[in-house]
Amino acid sequence: MYQYDQYDQAMVDARVAEFRDQVARRLAGEITEDQFKPLRLKNGLYLQLHAYMLRVAVPYGTLNSRQMRMLGDIADKYDRGYGHFTTRQNIQYNWIKLQDAPDILADLASVEMHAIQTSGNCIRNTTADHFAGAAADELVDPRPYAELLRQWSTFHPEFDYLPRKFKIAIIGSETDRAAMKLHDIGIQLVTNDAGEVGCRFYVGGGMGRTPMIAPVIGEFVPPLQMISYLEACLRVYNRYGRRDNKYKARIKILVHEIGADEYRRQVEEEFAHILTLGLEPPPAELERIKGFFEQPGFDASASDELDLSDPDFAVWVSQNVHAHKQPGYAIATISLKPVGGIPGDASADQIRLMADLARDYSFDELRVTHAQNIVLPHVKKADLYTVWQKLDAAGLANANLDLISDIIACPGLDYCSLANARSIPVAQKISERFADLGRQKELGELKLKISGCINACGHHHAGHIGILGVDRKGVENYQLLLGGSEGADTSLGTITGPGFSEDGIVDAIEKATDVYLAQRSDGERFVDTYRRIGMAPFKEAIYAKEPVNG
Amino acid sequence: MVEQTLRYRDDEPVSDPAVTVDAFADQSNATAVRIEPGDDARALLPHLERIALVEVNFPAYTDGRGYSAARILREHGYAGELRAVGDVLVDQLSHMRRCGFDSFAPNQDISREAADKAFATWPDVYQKTVDGRPAIWAKRHG
Repeated sequence: MYQYDQYDQAMVDARVAEFRDQVARRLAGEITEDQFKPLRLKNGLYLQLHAYMLRVAVPYGTLNSRQMRMLGDIADKYDRGYGHFTTRQNIQYNWIKLQDAPDILADLASVEMHAIQTSGNCIRNTTADHFAGAAADELVDPRPYAELLRQWSTFHPEFDYLPRKFKIAIIGSETDRAAMKLHDIGIQLVTNDAGEVGCRFYVGGGMGRTPMIAPVIGEFVPPLQMISYLEACLRVYNRYGRRDNKYKARIKILVHEIGADEYRRQVEEEFAHILTLGLEPPPAELERIKGFFEQPGFDASASDELDLSDPDFAVWVSQNVHAHKQPGYAIATISLKPVGGIPGDASADQIRLMADLARDYSFDELRVTHAQNIVLPHVKKADLYTVWQKLDAAGLANANLDLISDIIACPGLDYCSLANARSIPVAQKISERFADLGRQKELGELKLKISGCINACGHHHAGHIGILGVDRKGVENYQLLLGGSEGADTSLGTITGPGFSEDGIVDAIEKATDVYLAQRSDGERFVDTYRRIGMAPFKEAIYAKEPVNG
Repeated sequence: MVEQTLRYRDDEPVSDPAVTVDAFADQSNATAVRIEPGDDARALLPHLERIALVEVNFPAYTDGRGYSAARILREHGYAGELRAVGDVLVDQLSHMRRCGFDSFAPNQDISREAADKAFATWPDVYQKTVDGRPAIWAKRHG
């Protein structure tokens, strides 16, 4: 993992000092809330429905055990004993007092963490493949590039007041586990026939009220020109992105309105100019960063055998464990989606337990996934049973990864001041309706995603089943979408028709799954069946009139 | 009315009124020009030799187009005064300086002391821009 040097540490320390001064000025009444708002937002501090919410950056979703432990301790000390892992691989605390915020930032800085640019119309925390450095199918480890991006984007003076927020994701596998094409910029590290690494730039994707899949803008940018290419992409956006309408201000609208070809032409013109300026960190800097991401000291003689005689363990392994590039090791995902729970929430004790497991069994590493789960990336297969037992004892052995109850949900109207409807109770009801794990496994891979408003923080457009909460004349109403996806087969969901009540949406989902079970061919996932047979059979079942009794 | 300009240059201030980018092209004797957010700073590049002052207007601090305009001018060798005017707040000064601004005429006065403190916020910087400060990567690798 990357470790700060004195320069990195000085940057976050300076930020803590600056924010401490700003909070003191606010608490003393020297600045108004209006003046304070843009300052606190630059530090990830939102004023929500009930309290301040602090969003802490987890750069490219990677943590060590010391950092994870600190996240648990902060939950105990300053919040109500839990934290919420988000779809952007970050963590949020929902019950923060303003006067505590500088101390929290100081605690974070003591473990090389921060809340820089987790809000505001700037370049947000970069996300990455949560299996980076571990996945069997990985071509290039994206983490060194993500760290280069983190440093470049931190306090970038030109791009702090963009038309709108800006999110970058980076992957280095053929399998896209980061919803890369649904970001403002998605970078896929690829190799050419000569074995050279290049960055494929997808620009102008996004969700929100106008979901779009990003087109390829740069086919093969040399890694040692990645920063210059980003400068070009961002500068064209900063100059020409729309600022007249907040809902048309994301880069996807610019790329869509002028067209991918014209946007590419402008970027290439700017890129040619920027290459003359020498803005790119030298090769030695990328090499220095790569040095922090060497493979851990794997045991080359570790056995690849796994004793699956405990049936509960076997179920968890089949659902939550993925192939590792190193024989004898595995990637274990800890689901934060218990039946009836709040997706992505973990208690302080659970967070600390996961930290201990990472320290003892995963070379001190954890990842946060955009599906709001936690990954132990490097577990020796011989240790998996012990790890599972410890997780099970802490209520963390839910064997439901990528099943219908592994729900992505935004905080919704329970917390968020932008929301139109609650997301959490809907997620809870769905997981309760489908509580039986055998039934879930029968339904197979089924990605269900819930947003409590059009801003789509719950990624509803990209769900095999998506739910969008809206406000209909003061009553919460839920629209149902089918057929979205976020991987290599990225697609956007289609609304089935009129919306439903909170209970009605659960019934509608059950009917949709019944259609799938009746119509599927061998090996088809829900989304495959939907793509083959289309919306009509689902619509018919979902909106069929109930027989009238009596 | 602008009360005070914070200036970080040693030469004499330009007293000519700044003209619009459109008017500038037709006035061969104009030495001061004012860029609005929607203007293309590159339109000035053929004339940089005769410009002594460029004002970049920020009608609202949230409109960041002026940062790109400033950098583009400096990247192309503009050496005259580059002044940020309008809704310029103390919290933006540091980034503006990094993008090449060397004078500031904010709607609301900022004390020189507060400005100096703002410029000193970051001990070092991660990016190479146009202010001559070495990026952290340059310091790391000599």
